[in-house]
Amino acid sequence: MPSLFGVAWKNLLRKRLRSLLTIVGIALSTWVLVSLLGFNQGYENSLNKDIDNLGFQVLLTAKGCPYEAATLMLKGGTGLKYMPESIIDSVVANPQVERVTPMLMHAVFDPNKGESGGITAFLGIDPATYPAMKTYLQFQQGSWFSRPEALEAVFGYESAELEQREVGDEYLLPESDAVVTVVGVLKRSGTQDDGTIFLPIKALQKIYGVENLVTSIGIKVQKETDLTAYEEELYKLTDVQVVSMAQVKQTISNLVATARVMVMSIAIIAILIAMVGVMNTVLMSVLERWQEIGIMKSMGAMTSHIFRLIWFETILLTFAGGVLGSVMSWILASTTDTLIRSVLPYSPTSSLVQVDILLALKAIGIIMAIGIVSGIYPAWKAARIRPIEAIRSTDGEQ
Amino acid sequence: MSNSANHIISVSDLKKIYIRGSEHIHAVDGITLDVNQGDYTAFVGPSGSGKTTLLHLLGCLDNPSAGVLTVEGKAVYDKGKFMNERELTKLRRDLFGYVFQKFYLIPTLTVKENILLPFAFYRKAEADKTADRLADLLGLSHRLSHLPKELSGGEMQRVAIARALINKPRILLADEPTGNLDSKRSEEISDIFCKLNREEGLTIILVTHNHALAESAGKMVELKDGKLI
Repeated sequence: MPSLFGVAWKNLLRKRLRSLLTIVGIALSTWVLVSLLGFNQGYENSLNKDIDNLGFQVLLTAKGCPYEAATLMLKGGTGLKYMPESIIDSVVANPQVERVTPMLMHAVFDPNKGESGGITAFLGIDPATYPAMKTYLQFQQGSWFSRPEALEAVFGYESAELEQREVGDEYLLPESDAVVTVVGVLKRSGTQDDGTIFLPIKALQKIYGVENLVTSIGIKVQKETDLTAYEEELYKLTDVQVVSMAQVKQTISNLVATARVMVMSIAIIAILIAMVGVMNTVLMSVLERWQEIGIMKSMGAMTSHIFRLIWFETILLTFAGGVLGSVMSWILASTTDTLIRSVLPYSPTSSLVQVDILLALKAIGIIMAIGIVSGIYPAWKAARIRPIEAIRSTDGEQ
Repeated sequence: MSNSANHIISVSDLKKIYIRGSEHIHAVDGITLDVNQGDYTAFVGPSGSGKTTLLHLLGCLDNPSAGVLTVEGKAVYDKGKFMNERELTKLRRDLFGYVFQKFYLIPTLTVKENILLPFAFYRKAEADKTADRLADLLGLSHRLSHLPKELSGGEMQRVAIARALINKPRILLADEPTGNLDSKRSEEISDIFCKLNREEGLTIILVTHNHALAESAGKMVELKDGKLI
């Protein structure tokens, strides 16, 4: 015996191409919606992960632009200002400090990089404190430096690939006569460390003549520390810029807010297009079946039956489109990631679009709710058909 | 107007007036008529004589403009007062079966699903058995799993008749049921109507231009300009 749902399903099969195109339209909207929701979720997580991977909550740099400092914190940077190394003693004096690590970022022009040369940046680190803060770093080959002032280098995964170096190779530092030996190659970490070339800070200072200077100091504080109060304390030091994790997050969030609004607008437009598409398909289908629906009413179908019949068709269309769109968004997550990354001012290193089953179910729910709303008008129009009007009308004349 | 228990439908001074601009068209103009249980009645007359409109009024598909219409003793329309839409739907469902010139079969449903279509809206016991019995009666048993596009015109009309009879109606209303069929298929439909009336005691009212079909009915009512002749 046919059920109302079965009749609705078979009605959709009558114009297969039209139903399919509508489903594809809904699927594209769902893809945009899932990607947007996945982006909202993924960006936050990815940013948090990047900041957690820094290993410290506060970065102290020489006084300057806070955005530059934030970039330095996450990406490394050039055109840097220096602070005296002695400032470390003042920082360590505070009992709230658990650990500090000095860093020296040094960028030089390398004529052998690329076709016409390029900038290569080195990060001078303290082998005694830096690895303890970056516990997630693991070696593919070798290990950290043998001595604090050794002429040795550790390559991040990507920099080793780019420079084609492995443990035991020698590396000539541009703009100097110094040659360092590669003692370690790191595993891929998914952070900015992958593209970094690490040298002992003492060696780097000596090679480039910036003895007793650092570009930044990473500070890890005790868990119970009031960060805001501690930052105030740090500002008592002369000519320093304090960048906290919270500030960095806020700065980046402000930078990407515009991009988020843009993506959200695109999603809303896509959803509206899908709504109109669903309404158009179902309404066309109602108009084409005007007489048939009238005959159904003469057979004893109540207004509510016809309303439900048309609504079921809408629900089936939106459900199919929602599921297809969610599958698409899962398969195309990396493509979407690349697309979104290209319009953002700053992108964290790990996945920007995180699609999971809960998110997909949420998107299907939203799309179905939209479909149900879109189906009200066609369903209402169909339910109001009087048998006699339908019988008297000729095809397409309502 | 008599309201004898044997009258399944009674109409008195029934009118249907269409207003087009300033023109009043009297499609049905004061008809008084009784249809008895088990009657087989054919409405005949020239095009525009009001026979289809009268059929629609008797089948509670359209609202009269004036007069009285009683079905099984219940007043469907009495001097301006209509039965409500819900009751009308129930009346149509429980009492009437409708066959039209066009078959209105759903192309994606099989013959059996089309016959059982009314039960998508309300359930009834032994529907499957009834469908099989009707298919047998109408010579459709071998076609139950076919789609309408695989049937001839005569077969499609027989499916439409089976669908009209699936709810075991007491009255079958047919509007030009052979209008889309050749003479051989028309004869088949005529035989089916006679059989249903004779063997099942079904009350049949039909509108036709087909003389042979009209003559097969026990009673012929002629209309002209909305009036009985």
